[in-house]
Amino acid sequence: MRERGHHDMGGLPAGPVDRGRHEYAEWERRVDAMCVLVGNKRLCSVDQRRRNIEALPPEVYDKTAYYEKWVVSLGESLIQRGVITTEDLARKMAEVNERK
Amino acid sequence: MSESRFKPGARVKVLKAYPLGHVRTPYYIRGHTGTVERVCGEFPNPEELAQMRDGLPPQPLYRVRFLQKEVWPDYRGSAQDVVEVEIFQHWLEPA
Repeated sequence: MRERGHHDMGGLPAGPVDRGRHEYAEWERRVDAMCVLVGNKRLCSVDQRRRNIEALPPEVYDKTAYYEKWVVSLGESLIQRGVITTEDLARKMAEVNERK
Repeated sequence: MSESRFKPGARVKVLKAYPLGHVRTPYYIRGHTGTVERVCGEFPNPEELAQMRDGLPPQPLYRVRFLQKEVWPDYRGSAQDVVEVEIFQHWLEPA
């Protein structure tokens, strides 16, 4: 039984913190906007999305960027709520992969 | 509505618990004793919200102040330095 969640890193050695600012990519803005939108429509809560982020396997958690975690947890949350199905998501992802 | 059990100045101890699911109480502060700095208000329980329930009745949330040197055995800053953590009532017991 694990006592400490992989995400729960407060106090662990981490090396220097990058305090620089950076621009957000268009897809990152879109992910943020979608999360706000589904929150406003009460289709999922920030806590549900956090739970899904915290449930990522440690190796996935470590190699995905901030908004990658957001978009994965958003998809997961909407499937849990029955807003979309895994099939809907798979079909759309295949469609996106077709784009050049 | 839940009654708030603790007033500012009260000494409280954070439960040393390791539940499954989504919790807002950081690992590093569990089991430590601090002082209630303020009552922040009442909010739906995020542990319940994370499981797609309504989190009601709202639970009192406290800002609790801990001495850094007590939380981190190797802390090298001032003995008066503090860290404040917002913690829901069901994670606290009187100390």
